[in-house]
Amino acid sequence: MSGRVLVGVKRVIDYAVKIRVKADNTGVVTDGVKHSMNPFCEIAVEEAVKLKEKKLVKEVVAVSCGPQQSQETIRTALAMGADRGIHVEVSGKDYETLGPLQVSKIMAALAKKEDAQLIILGKQAIDDDCNQTGQMTAALLDWPQGTFASEVTLDGDKIKVVREIDGGLETIKINTPAVLTADLRLNTPRYATLPNIMKAKKKKIANVKPADLGVNLTSRLEVLKVEDPPQRQAGMKVETVEDLVGKLKEAGKV
Amino acid sequence: MEITMDTRCEYSLPSLVDCQSLRQISRPSWGACQSGLRSRTTSAPAVAPNQAGGVVAFPPLQTYSEEESMMRDAVRKYAQERIAPLVPMMDENSVMDEEVITSMFEQGLMGVEIDPEYGGTGSSFFSSILVIEELAKVDPSVAVLCDIQNTLINTLFVKLGTPAQKEKYLNRLSTDMIGSFCLSEAESGSDAFSLKTRAEKHKDYFIINGSKMWISNAELSGVFLVMANVDLSAGYRGITCFIVDRDTPGLEICKKENKLGLRASSTCPLNFDNVKVPEANILGEVGHGYKYAIGMLNEGRIGIAAQMVGLAQGCFDHTIPYTRQRVQFGKRIFDFQGMQHQIAHVATQIEAARLLTYNAARLKEAGRPFIKEACMAKYFSSEVATLTTSKCIEWMGGVGFTKDYPIEKYYRDCKIEWGWGLQQLELEL
Repeated sequence: MSGRVLVGVKRVIDYAVKIRVKADNTGVVTDGVKHSMNPFCEIAVEEAVKLKEKKLVKEVVAVSCGPQQSQETIRTALAMGADRGIHVEVSGKDYETLGPLQVSKIMAALAKKEDAQLIILGKQAIDDDCNQTGQMTAALLDWPQGTFASEVTLDGDKIKVVREIDGGLETIKINTPAVLTADLRLNTPRYATLPNIMKAKKKKIANVKPADLGVNLTSRLEVLKVEDPPQRQAGMKVETVEDLVGKLKEAGKV
Repeated sequence: MEITMDTRCEYSLPSLVDCQSLRQISRPSWGACQSGLRSRTTSAPAVAPNQAGGVVAFPPLQTYSEEESMMRDAVRKYAQERIAPLVPMMDENSVMDEEVITSMFEQGLMGVEIDPEYGGTGSSFFSSILVIEELAKVDPSVAVLCDIQNTLINTLFVKLGTPAQKEKYLNRLSTDMIGSFCLSEAESGSDAFSLKTRAEKHKDYFIINGSKMWISNAELSGVFLVMANVDLSAGYRGITCFIVDRDTPGLEICKKENKLGLRASSTCPLNFDNVKVPEANILGEVGHGYKYAIGMLNEGRIGIAAQMVGLAQGCFDHTIPYTRQRVQFGKRIFDFQGMQHQIAHVATQIEAARLLTYNAARLKEAGRPFIKEACMAKYFSSEVATLTTSKCIEWMGGVGFTKDYPIEKYYRDCKIEWGWGLQQLELEL
């Protein structure tokens, strides 16, 4: 199988940052906070670049939906080995309400426009933990999906995917074109070496608007409130099982 | 060379595959709050305003091009993940791990300014300064290796090398070969130009005799830039720079020094016993060595300043989470006003040192005079590093004194401040 791979990369708050909720409880503080590429997206990029290195695909296109700063994320993907980028400009109110449904519509539209044969996404983003975009994209395109992939093997025009599921590992074989979502153990993303960062500067990032793709961004979801998780209460130690049952009954749990 | 990991290593990072949750760095209690701190204590400089559309006429010093930001972030991540776990072992055993050296080359950190034509990264001087700063936060020994290679060795070859010399050496320097700069001798440290190593001319080659001391990276270097005098009667005007390959007969690399700090970076004496060097191996012109040395060391100063800033920042970043966690007399020690004053003072000093360093670097890039600013940057940064590490040990209390915590290593390492020119000399300049 040769052809084009679309990789979705999302700009999220860096995993190491301590998240703070805004005073008005409408969201979390993002201003001046360090952002980076979603770790699962890094794994997705790595997988795509590996496929290209094995000459199983011809071109890796990194896609990101968001404001101007999303270009940084695309550049990082380019520095890791993607060939070119597409920045779908979404800002302001639209960006605040941007969710898996909108992104999957955009990815589906791009897949058709770019004649992609494979879409690789991270299994979920670490800011919203939705775990929906891959699945929705596949549904919109009516393509098979290999989600929670911990191993991907291309076999002619089929793909063998080992999936991490609750019960263990499941191996499936799907046709192409297809959507894959990357799980943690799929690979270890490479560092962008300095020479590659320099090379990435010369790679192209195209600018696209959602309207150009015929995508409507209105969201059917409204965030009512964002608050900190409750403070963790101290636990209690008991000596015997009888004590435990007694305490549970007291607390009305049993 | 057998390298064994110290399994008691306090700051070993679990590999990505072992993580339950995504890349959560699990460290012992003192580092528990560290992850949240990074966005606050280390300055989070803004991306260049012209990215947002408007071009700012006089952008602040902490304005970086996209390339510089990406490089800095890449090096930071690489240093934290791949070098940090090896640091205590390297310090203890006074050895630079091979993996560190190989990956430094792979990442393109050893040829930041070298043209891609020769396998380098093709970036700017300021980028190398950022790289050195980030490395120094994790291990000043690794930073010095990178600093010498980039600001001394590579620059000398790039500026003075003939096409043949560049062809032969630059490729190697950016991909797998370390270089050393040999100026100091037992009898000539600060008084560098009274050096006695001599080079006698014969037809089309020179014979070098003498010895050098305090040569950094010597244990691992493949090439040595040796300052020798071709005509001692001409004084410093006879000093010439020779390229000497490691395997040249007569060159002896002696046992490395057992040092207080920067232990992972080897520092050795060298002996030259009738070392034959072809005339083609002269770098630049005969008798101009002193000029090159002064010129390069001016730039190297900015590198050292960056190293000191990184050292101070790294030490500081390791200490603050501890102060926010350690409770005495019913409060976190961070909350005592006396502490807060001291901490604020140190943070300010580090920031000032950083700005001096960045400004000197930018001046150099702009082709403007920068010698005074470079000296100021180095002098000030070194003082700040000493202040910071000393204070950090105090703030950490008893644990700051032990080897289980990295603070005492920063304290020992910062004493290299006089690396290339005693503070007193800086002041005279």
